[in-house]
Amino acid sequence: MDKLIQDLKVQIIAQLNLQDVKPEDIGDDQPLFVEGLGLDSIDALELIVLLQQQYKIKLSNAEDGPKVFQSVKTMAEYITQHQPQNS
Amino acid sequence: MAQVLHITANVVICNQQVFKNSTLVFEDAAVDAPGFLMSAYQHLGIKYPKFYKMDNLCKLGWLAAELLLGEANLTDKYQPEEVGIVLTNANSSLDADLKYYESVKEFASPALFVYTLPNIVIGEISIRHKFKGENAFFIFEQFDAGFIQQYVSNLFNNNILQACICGWVEWIGNNYKAVLFLVEKEQSGSTDELFTTENLNKIYHLNNG
Repeated sequence: MDKLIQDLKVQIIAQLNLQDVKPEDIGDDQPLFVEGLGLDSIDALELIVLLQQQYKIKLSNAEDGPKVFQSVKTMAEYITQHQPQNS
Repeated sequence: MAQVLHITANVVICNQQVFKNSTLVFEDAAVDAPGFLMSAYQHLGIKYPKFYKMDNLCKLGWLAAELLLGEANLTDKYQPEEVGIVLTNANSSLDADLKYYESVKEFASPALFVYTLPNIVIGEISIRHKFKGENAFFIFEQFDAGFIQQYVSNLFNNNILQACICGWVEWIGNNYKAVLFLVEKEQSGSTDELFTTENLNKIYHLNNG
């Protein structure tokens, strides 16, 4: 899980072009939106693309988004639970 | 009744150089065109993380507006609804359109899609400076000073605007040029010029543009 969290931080920075942010700046439980990392609705769409591109996971229910993308840790938990076994 | 209007500031960005009121204020010939945008952004010393996410057209227009306005806060002088933006170029948002088209072949990028309209650059400038006035983006084969002078003058003559940022913001491939004018009713300094077609053309063609 720790490695996945570290990988996610690097991937989020690259996908969202957060050039002023380093992986160590993002706390595992830090909120990604609004008061935390300050991401917006377009970033949310990019995170969905990231899940699909990097982990072959499609967010089947859009209403799950706020829970899944609450923090890097919740993203990692979702990936662990939903990642196809053969990938 | 037609009002006498003034160009109270102007900025020209092209050929890896930035001119403010016809004076060279920044240059960096050592980098390519996108690198020059980053170099100019860092030169400004401003922290605006959203800058990194913008497409090149927006970065260029945003930088030009930032340099044009400098320390001046137009919303201290005018209501947000009194400050407008009228921009033009030849290739619309084609640079972003092509990049988005490429991304669609694999995963369509939402972050690219949002820049597939030329007037997004107006939105980025408006968000930054909290402008809410009349705005428009027109496409011409080449810079049309006569149209800009007439269109913007009409906005002033009908009391729709008290200040207007207008001009040309173009980015296609690695070719770019931005020329912005700040137009106001009142004069603000010794570098002011009358808002005429001749002066717009004179400033546009600065730096062999």
